[in-house]
Amino acid sequence: MVRMARVSFGGIIKEASLEMVPQAKVDDYVLVHVGVAISVVDEEEAKQTFRYLEAMGEVEDELNISEFLPDREEYSN
Amino acid sequence: MKYLTEYRDPEVAARYLEEIKKTVTRPWTIMEVCGGQTHSLVKNGILNMLPPEINMVHGPGCPVCVTPLNLIDKAVYLAEEKNVILCSFGDMLRVPGSEKSLLEAKAGGADIRILYSPLEAVNIAAQNPDRQVVFFAVGFETTAPANALSVVHAHRQNLDNYSILASHVLVPPAIEALVSDETCSIDGFLAAGHVCTIMGMAEYGPLVDHYQVPIVVTGFEPVDILQGILMTVKQLERGEARLENQYSRMVRPEGNPSAMEVIHDVFEVTDRMWRGMTVIPSSGYQVKAKYQRYDAQKKFSVNIAEAPENETCIAGEIMKGNKKPFECPNFGTTCKPENPLGAPMVSSEGACAAYYHFSDMINQLQKESA
Ligand code: SF4
Repeated sequence: MVRMARVSFGGIIKEASLEMVPQAKVDDYVLVHVGVAISVVDEEEAKQTFRYLEAMGEVEDELNISEFLPDREEYSN
Repeated sequence: MKYLTEYRDPEVAARYLEEIKKTVTRPWTIMEVCGGQTHSLVKNGILNMLPPEINMVHGPGCPVCVTPLNLIDKAVYLAEEKNVILCSFGDMLRVPGSEKSLLEAKAGGADIRILYSPLEAVNIAAQNPDRQVVFFAVGFETTAPANALSVVHAHRQNLDNYSILASHVLVPPAIEALVSDETCSIDGFLAAGHVCTIMGMAEYGPLVDHYQVPIVVTGFEPVDILQGILMTVKQLERGEARLENQYSRMVRPEGNPSAMEVIHDVFEVTDRMWRGMTVIPSSGYQVKAKYQRYDAQKKFSVNIAEAPENETCIAGEIMKGNKKPFECPNFGTTCKPENPLGAPMVSSEGACAAYYHFSDMINQLQKESA
């Protein structure tokens, strides 16, 4: 009746209600607040913080920005 | 952890700091609205790394801090009622009421339980049909869906022993109250990212236009906050006032429609007293009449007279951005986290507690500015 999920918080598993995020799928990253998932991370948008710096031409020389792009390997949901 | 460590990366943070330093040419006062952001700013030492031109002031976005004294008194009263199990988020327990805190009521024998989620309180009600379970439902828009959902769950299970003592507060009317004040010296705002995951950004556009003040929806990690500050400073330096979204990985401009739906099903907008400030029009939620059997204030007809605040606590001035915690004569002397005189010393999101816990940084900060 109520859609619940097991969510890993850095390895600790807790239950969370998925009633507010009907679009959430297994392996998605969700933002959980007081036991209720309220947002699903947008993976494309997650890169903008790092691209913003890149766009300012700040980082190319000294730093390889791809290091800081979220990778897709590990996951929790 | 993915989506956390990257936003705590010291090198990325350093890049943002450098860019802020390059961009800023004159003093600006920026308010981070949310207590979670205050905590992050202080804990990560961002306050002392920012260039001296940038004055960060700490907003009223700590639910524990703004919950009125009268409501604490009501919660204590309910907790001491026979047969009541009062459930609450942990950080409400040490907030001083006019006579005692919930923690003191608990020590005196009241059945008070600390929960992580209001949904657990509904389970407690289902398991204890002969007891009355009351959830102390405080918080901003972020917490409103969970609290509303608890009422919906109780309703679906037809529980008649569950109710909430609701004291919800809403961020945009508080920003408006601050920015419309003649003495307001705030040049730009970092809006609270998590609030906007629920409500979206629509409410902030009119504030930006009307008061010509930049508002940047911002996350909570150090890199998020630094990016939010940079985006705000860039606008200010160019003489712009726009609404921007730093936290787009979590915040959609339209918010979360499912969450808004359950909020509007259960709650309606009402005027609300903000502790340390004033009554702000249309700045809170109360339980709608159709769910009044789940409204603890109606169910138990709680009537408790308003008690006066501690006169020496300057929490209101701090939350309006006019003063810093160390300007309070009680700070660190008669008021400490173990024995708080005011709510901002209780919650880790309260500005006074954040400054107290990281007082080494503050000493440094004071030395630098001296
Ligand atoms: S230090 Fe204590 S008394 Fe002073 S403003 Fe903060 S909470 Fe109030």
